[in-house]
Amino acid sequence: MSAVLDVVSAVLLIAGAVFCLLASVGVLRFPDAVGRQHAAAKAQTLGLLLILLGAALQNAPRYAAPLALVALFQLLTIPVTGQIVGRTAYRTSALAGKSLTEDALARRLPPEERLPPEERRPDADGG
Amino acid sequence: MTAVYYVVFLLLGLSALLTVVRLVIGPGVLDRIVTLDVLVTLFAAGIAAEAARREDGTGLPVLLAVTLLAFVGSVTAAHLVEEREGMR
Repeated sequence: MSAVLDVVSAVLLIAGAVFCLLASVGVLRFPDAVGRQHAAAKAQTLGLLLILLGAALQNAPRYAAPLALVALFQLLTIPVTGQIVGRTAYRTSALAGKSLTEDALARRLPPEERLPPEERRPDADGG
Repeated sequence: MTAVYYVVFLLLGLSALLTVVRLVIGPGVLDRIVTLDVLVTLFAAGIAAEAARREDGTGLPVLLAVTLLAFVGSVTAAHLVEEREGMR
């Protein structure tokens, strides 16, 4: 039984580590802050979740409770961070406006708070 | 299993290295906030893997505290960016 657990947790641990690596590559390569937050959120949720699951299988069951709690808090807090970073990026024009193909926020914002015209893509609809 | 932990810590170290590169390059404050958040997640993953390797759970409350503090820190820093750079 423990051999099966070892194999399963090994696969989960390595998958989680590979996922964290992919997310770090994403954080390095994506053009603007919002894209990097998008990549970062992947590592913070799925990557960490896989590693926590792999670690939980290795340990005694009573250690699984803190790991499950960490996973729950990650799933609750990362979307909030993403939303705040995205909002701040848009408002402080840290956003590469050229990468926005569809600017849905522009419809809902008063004119002076929208992305200035020179930062928008000419074909970005929703203006 | 030791080879598994060797590979896991190698990958986590490599991703931490890439993240530090973005931390140094990162043009804006927001990029650094995101990068530090990823770094803390990698720390948390390392702590969890180390707790599994040593099969004792003493490090797990640290894990809980680190992840929650990272969230509070990121949100506060993003709010600071709003104040300082002036919302449009």
